[in-house]
Amino acid sequence: MNRQGLSSISKDQKSLFPYLFALFFGIAFIDSWRRVGIDPLFFFEREGRDHLWKFIRGMFPPELSWQFLSLMFQPTLETIQISVMGTVIAVVIGFPLGILATRTFSVSGILNEAELKGAPSRFALRYCVYFCARGILSLFRSIPEFVWAFMFVRAVGLGPFPGVLAIGVAYGGMLGKVYSEIFEGVNERPLEALQSTGANKVQTFCYGWLPQVLPNFVSYTLYRWECAVRASAILGLVGAGGLGQQIEISMRMFNFHEVLTLLVILFVMVAAVDFVSAKVRSTL
Amino acid sequence: MSSGSPRPAGVHIPWPAHPGRAGKNLSTRLVLVGLVILLAWSYQGSAVRLGELFSREGGLQILAYIAKLFPPDLSTAVLREATKGTVETFAISFMGTLLAVGIALLVVFFASRNLIFSGLLYEMEAKEQWRRQALRFIPYLCAKGLLNLLRTIPEMVWALIFVFLVGLGPFPGVLALGVHTGGVLGKLFGEVLEDVDPQPIEALQSTGAGRIQILFYGILPQVLPQFISYTLYRWEVNIRVAAVLGFVGAGGLGQRIHIAISLFLENQLLTLIMAIYLLVTLVDYLSAYLRRKAI
Repeated sequence: MNRQGLSSISKDQKSLFPYLFALFFGIAFIDSWRRVGIDPLFFFEREGRDHLWKFIRGMFPPELSWQFLSLMFQPTLETIQISVMGTVIAVVIGFPLGILATRTFSVSGILNEAELKGAPSRFALRYCVYFCARGILSLFRSIPEFVWAFMFVRAVGLGPFPGVLAIGVAYGGMLGKVYSEIFEGVNERPLEALQSTGANKVQTFCYGWLPQVLPNFVSYTLYRWECAVRASAILGLVGAGGLGQQIEISMRMFNFHEVLTLLVILFVMVAAVDFVSAKVRSTL
Repeated sequence: MSSGSPRPAGVHIPWPAHPGRAGKNLSTRLVLVGLVILLAWSYQGSAVRLGELFSREGGLQILAYIAKLFPPDLSTAVLREATKGTVETFAISFMGTLLAVGIALLVVFFASRNLIFSGLLYEMEAKEQWRRQALRFIPYLCAKGLLNLLRTIPEMVWALIFVFLVGLGPFPGVLALGVHTGGVLGKLFGEVLEDVDPQPIEALQSTGAGRIQILFYGILPQVLPQFISYTLYRWEVNIRVAAVLGFVGAGGLGQRIHIAISLFLENQLLTLIMAIYLLVTLVDYLSAYLRRKAI
């Protein structure tokens, strides 16, 4: 190929995209900067420095009295309990919806070819179910768990229960989506083989789908549990129990030495959960 | 076994045992028992009252709440406020993510082992210069520790802290997002950097390129696509977080949602939730589009 040919190829591929992107980026940057009121020198000015100093000095020494620590024991355990129950509910919500939201399971693909050919009404019904399941999952995960928690506090009252429900619903949406993605990624050949031996849907599911997806499911669910621990630790900010509530109280009372202790507790708890989760994952 | 000698009739030949199978079974069982105990303990501790939730009364209460949400309040004033909140949330997530990238890029080169003290780039150095190596180890540890600290404290707690430090408004939200996400991106970027293909680096080094040159021509071109991909992913996460940062006074849609819930303005709440839904969906599409374009 001569040089002319090469250059014409590269010219064809050039597009307006980089310029448009730079333009939008610049506009968004300038507008956001002004809208958000960024003050880059704040911490070098007197007021900012004073606040920062007050905060850092207030944190030391951390509150280590036995009385405080024993009071914090219960919320710490509660945080873990909320995360576990929340994850359980998330699985209960996410698993069935994830199945329904899997295209290859009901709507398209080799498994349904024979069944759906020439049956438009059946196809429409199944597509409708598929579409609804996707919609519900997307709704569940698009509303942040904080907003869910706040609404559940209104619906069922203060305490750990609304936290459990919030994590269950929001993480159910995320788990369902990821489950359906894992389902769609399975190797279809064993399924086809099963079907050709006359296995029905349930049998195909139990012996064809499940064995393929289970390791991924467990590992992703454990990962989500780790996230749930972090989430439940701060859901308390809206009154849903756990450590977050204590952090907020101490922060509002300007008891920064308590804040430091709570942050250390949080750190240790998250590290312990990550460790346990990694251990379990390596066992499975 | 397939081409083995003819088997004497009636002799049972056991299947070869799977190596380590017995031990694996035991640990799996232990994990299962632990799981059951954990579940029971969590169930009684978290005051789950599913019966109440699905009872007639509880169900009616929730249905009544949902009914109160409708219809969404679409009056001009509310819509204007929702739009303002949405744009502000977008701005917070945008600036927060940019700040995070800045923090991560500043710190990460010190926090990746193969760039700062070991591996190919330092192989040629004499072994006696251990003092110099130790000196390089210190910034590595500091950078790692800093990233861990930033990452461990959740965004909402950072937001509480920054609201105290700089006052109410979107600015503390940006700082909170930037600081926490900076820690996360620092870790992710670091993993990418430690995974780079050493061959181009070796080639560059053999031509006599300095370390800075190797960084720009050997390492950055390799990692840039993944850096962009991770940044976009965190942006998607951040838009969700920015939408609720307002609960602790850090601006955006969250602040308006907090007010709407606290004042029992359920119809406005639905409008704001719809705004979050739209914004999150839009950003997901935008991010997917940019990822396809950039990589």
